[in-house]
Amino acid sequence: MRIENLTVRYGAFTAVDDVTLEVPPGAIVGLVGESGSGKSTLARAVSGLVPYEGGIRGGGTVQMVFQDPYASLDPRMTVGASVGEGVRPRAEDGARLSRAGRRAEVERLLGLVSLPLELAGRYPRELSGGQRQRVAVARALGARPGVLVADEITSALDVSVQGAVLNLVRRLRDELGLSILFISHNLAVVRYVSDVVAVMRQGRLVEMGPTEKVVAAPEHEYTRELLDAVPRLAGRQDPARGLITG
Amino acid sequence: MTFSRRGGRGSFWRRRLVRFVVSLIALLLASFAMIHLIPGDPVRASLGPAAPAELVAARRAALGLDQPLPVQFAHYTRDLLSGNMGTSFLSGEPVTGVIAARLPNTLTLAVLAALLALAVAVPLGMWAGVRTENGRHRGTDVTFGSVTGTAVAVPEFLYSIALVSVFAIGLGWFPPAGRTGLTSWVLPILALAIGPTAMIARLSRVETQRELGTEYVRLARAKRLPAPRLYLRHVLPNTLTATLTVGGLLLTALIAGSVLVEYVFAWPGLGLKIVESITQKDYPVAQGVILVYGTIVLVVNLLVDVLLGWLDPTSDIREA
Amino acid sequence: MGRLIRRLPSSPAAVAGAVLVTLMVILAIIGPPIWGAAAERIDPAAILQGSSAAHPLGTDNLGRDLLARVLVAGRYSLTLALLAALIGAGAGIVLGALPSVLPRRAARLVTGTVNALVAFPGLLLAMFTAVIAGLGAKGAVLGIGAAIAPGFARLTQTMAASIAGADYVAAARMLGVSRARILVRHVLPNIAEPLILNLTQALGGALLGLAGMSFLGLGVQPPAFDWGRLLFDGFARIYVTPEVALGPALAVALAGIGFNLLGDALAKVASRTAVPGKLSVPVVPPEQGEPDPGAVLEVKDLSVTFPGGVQPVRELSLTVAPGEIVGLVGESGSGKSLTAAAVGGLVPYPGAVTSGRLRLCGADLGELPEAERRKLLGTSLAMVFQDPMASLNPALKVGGQLAEVSIVHQGASRADARRRAVDRLGHVHLPEPEKQARRHPHQLSGGMRQRAVIAMGLMGTPKLIIADEPTTALDVTVQRQILRLLREVTEETGSAALFISHDIAVVGELCDRVAVMYAGRVVEELPVEQLATGAAHPYTRALVASLPDMDTDRSGPLASIPGRQPSPGQVGAGCAFTDRCPLATARCAERPPLVTYGKAHRVACWEA
Repeated sequence: MRIENLTVRYGAFTAVDDVTLEVPPGAIVGLVGESGSGKSTLARAVSGLVPYEGGIRGGGTVQMVFQDPYASLDPRMTVGASVGEGVRPRAEDGARLSRAGRRAEVERLLGLVSLPLELAGRYPRELSGGQRQRVAVARALGARPGVLVADEITSALDVSVQGAVLNLVRRLRDELGLSILFISHNLAVVRYVSDVVAVMRQGRLVEMGPTEKVVAAPEHEYTRELLDAVPRLAGRQDPARGLITG
Repeated sequence: MTFSRRGGRGSFWRRRLVRFVVSLIALLLASFAMIHLIPGDPVRASLGPAAPAELVAARRAALGLDQPLPVQFAHYTRDLLSGNMGTSFLSGEPVTGVIAARLPNTLTLAVLAALLALAVAVPLGMWAGVRTENGRHRGTDVTFGSVTGTAVAVPEFLYSIALVSVFAIGLGWFPPAGRTGLTSWVLPILALAIGPTAMIARLSRVETQRELGTEYVRLARAKRLPAPRLYLRHVLPNTLTATLTVGGLLLTALIAGSVLVEYVFAWPGLGLKIVESITQKDYPVAQGVILVYGTIVLVVNLLVDVLLGWLDPTSDIREA
Repeated sequence: MGRLIRRLPSSPAAVAGAVLVTLMVILAIIGPPIWGAAAERIDPAAILQGSSAAHPLGTDNLGRDLLARVLVAGRYSLTLALLAALIGAGAGIVLGALPSVLPRRAARLVTGTVNALVAFPGLLLAMFTAVIAGLGAKGAVLGIGAAIAPGFARLTQTMAASIAGADYVAAARMLGVSRARILVRHVLPNIAEPLILNLTQALGGALLGLAGMSFLGLGVQPPAFDWGRLLFDGFARIYVTPEVALGPALAVALAGIGFNLLGDALAKVASRTAVPGKLSVPVVPPEQGEPDPGAVLEVKDLSVTFPGGVQPVRELSLTVAPGEIVGLVGESGSGKSLTAAAVGGLVPYPGAVTSGRLRLCGADLGELPEAERRKLLGTSLAMVFQDPMASLNPALKVGGQLAEVSIVHQGASRADARRRAVDRLGHVHLPEPEKQARRHPHQLSGGMRQRAVIAMGLMGTPKLIIADEPTTALDVTVQRQILRLLREVTEETGSAALFISHDIAVVGELCDRVAVMYAGRVVEELPVEQLATGAAHPYTRALVASLPDMDTDRSGPLASIPGRQPSPGQVGAGCAFTDRCPLATARCAERPPLVTYGKAHRVACWEA
């Protein structure tokens, strides 16, 4: 998928300003930025949820997973019904899916995100945040998207379950060859999952490149500032004391 | 009642003013249309089936009803602007005069009742809100809830009848009807104010508890501010926005409620007049009074918005 | 709805409402067949009587028994009210749903009209409609219906708009689910309950409105009669026989009260979920050992208990030395924030705080007289909370909120307090402190507000700063500035700090010592240098391993901990981490105590 000169305006305010960005097939592109950088608006534009100027080419269908696992599932629908909503009515050979076929597809999707089948009959309120996020991913996968947009999908999760969701994202790329636009404010998380990192600030794309390169040798001043501000655990590397002098 | 900061305060007030003018025009159209929407001939309906045809025709001509609608509307608007609202079918008095004589009685009644309601309800609601915070003092909670819940559910005309029966007819402390002096104000004001008092008290309690749950009140508590300072300086100002919004709606509701109260107390206000004019099919008077009521509602709502804008620091109009 | 009704009889008001409404419905069903004949029986010998044994509520101008007429009128009154409420609700729901299907301009017109009509009192709308529709029951019902409609329209509109903006509807749209299907599967089920609730209240409103219209002579006309009409007739005789007005008045009042109480109760049940249980507070023996004279904060066996056996903080002990920054780290639900609240005396009712010892700056908070306790907490303890956007009162200027600390606790004059406030604002590096003091909080950015909150803590002479997730709501670059400021402030004032965070990296960067909390307890306490590589508790180690940082190996999967933390009501007797722990053995059924593990290092684990 290639995003070309994409601009989103809200009245006089330009939320996303002329962004050109490519998501290569089977790659994870990490989009990082602070609040107000326009990264979430870009995600919504790519997903067709807000009107934009500019072009989006290729990539097939786009599906998005949202930040808040407590708001992204209908509280009155079972997990199975939510996931089933995304299932295409026709199988790949064009035959209409039977009831059993749909159930099998829901089962396959839940398996893809490593959720046990018995969760299909449960309601979202009975699930943990991490489980809900997997359900949201399964629902999106049901539409067989070309590109998956993940907007801050681990920000609302505790760190002890965040790893499992990040591993899932990487596994989807490796096993399904899915292209993923992974959006986060957390540079360490973006670095961990992404092949390519793009940095946004005030609606503009300020830097983009292979992850190792952007992290090791950032070109833009703002990227350096962001990298600098990432908290590091004392003992793993040069610790805290830099704080006082820095 | 949201103050959008996008587009600045100038554009907010421009939009608010446009809304006021548009509403006013819509009201004008509605009051004009009212007489034409009545099925059949309003003049005939008003004069009765026995009236001679010539009289009906003459009355129609005098009212301009024989002219095309746009012309009628133009005349209606022109007359209104020059203060002419027509004449009563029944008494032949000019409607403007009737309204001018009665409007002050209604407005004074409604405003005094609103002030009384606010003065009693805001402190009462705050007290109850603080006392029952997070489910403390269940007894107070239940009492407050059932008393105000009951008081809200009883309509003003029942309060009026009860007050008249007990304090005027039974005990003879106050005059039962008419506007005869200071004491004659007491019962109508009370009858009008009880329901709104209960309603604002409930709202004030909800708002107080919402405020008590905010992080800035938590921080103010962490600073160990004394209770009066905490409640009066930190909590009260933030509850007023919602209270006044509803208070504004309430003033308009009070003006409407005064219709029933005036009817019970034979109070010489607009309310009594509109009931008379509707039952007796005196359409020019009904039309005029409804137009005046509607205008009052629009003006009160505008004033409430101005007041809220002035109170709300995020709207910045004080510094404008 | 079923859920609502099952849980209804929880308060006396709800019971009263339900009983009254049931009685009204029964009356409407059985009234006319039983008393219908009596209500119509004309008795020329008994016209216009007051109350008597034969006619408890008197008779009307044809000698008909008024009690019978009141009982019979119930059906007509309720039927008309139901009709008006249904008309109003139906029209309102349609009006409210229209904007979501109409083109934009038309939708705005409908929304604007509804907004304008909502502001108009119902009675005015009803009278307007009644003038057009003509005097009588039809006009009144249409009028009251018209009065009810705008409120319903507004409610439908706002609820539909909020559901339509929900993420799950956006997800459904992306999946290609049709508009109609979204309306049926997502929007309607989620707004049905509040609409039904509102119908109960609308029914009460319609009943009173119709009674009012009939009472004014604008509603039901003879020979038909409803309660309002009976009141109209009775009121004309109120000077002579006031008791004739009593029956209809009472009927109207009871019906109004019934519907209102029931509606209130339904709404309350729908909004409240937690049912508090019994509060059983643990008895903690006072700590026997000598207090640590040097500690700024000394906590022994601190517990916070809520009703129903919920205990988010369990026998927690913690000591903070002067000038030391101690990090309290844990995931959501570990009890870290309530620990901070307990130290600051801010645990919300009905939470109960118990402890063997709670000493701040050498004074026992439990033994200190109230006035001194307030002064100590107000000046020696500074608190900083998570959301700087919410920590300052929007109605008051920044300077005033700082100054009041000095005015209240140090008896400073207004001018002195103000000067100090400006000085403190400058101290936390706010540019132009004089100007910031005169501003309202919304005029400051998030980072500036958090600085202002820290400055507020510096108005006194803080010995301990408790910062509860102070940077969680901030961007990383601003977070760095605030962390730097906290470090600077503690070094300069010699104040200690208790820094609470879910982010182990931030804690690792700022603090000297770290206490790790899990399920209400401290499971490990260690110097920060050992956090990355020297942690002994399997939970701490897993937490460190699951945190991606700028050096994490990208080729392998990231560690994560299976399962979830037990909720505060479900913590068992053994080690709370057992279910998720790779090292768990049979011994872990017994809870391991927090014991010394090395220099300045304590851990609660049998296998460490």
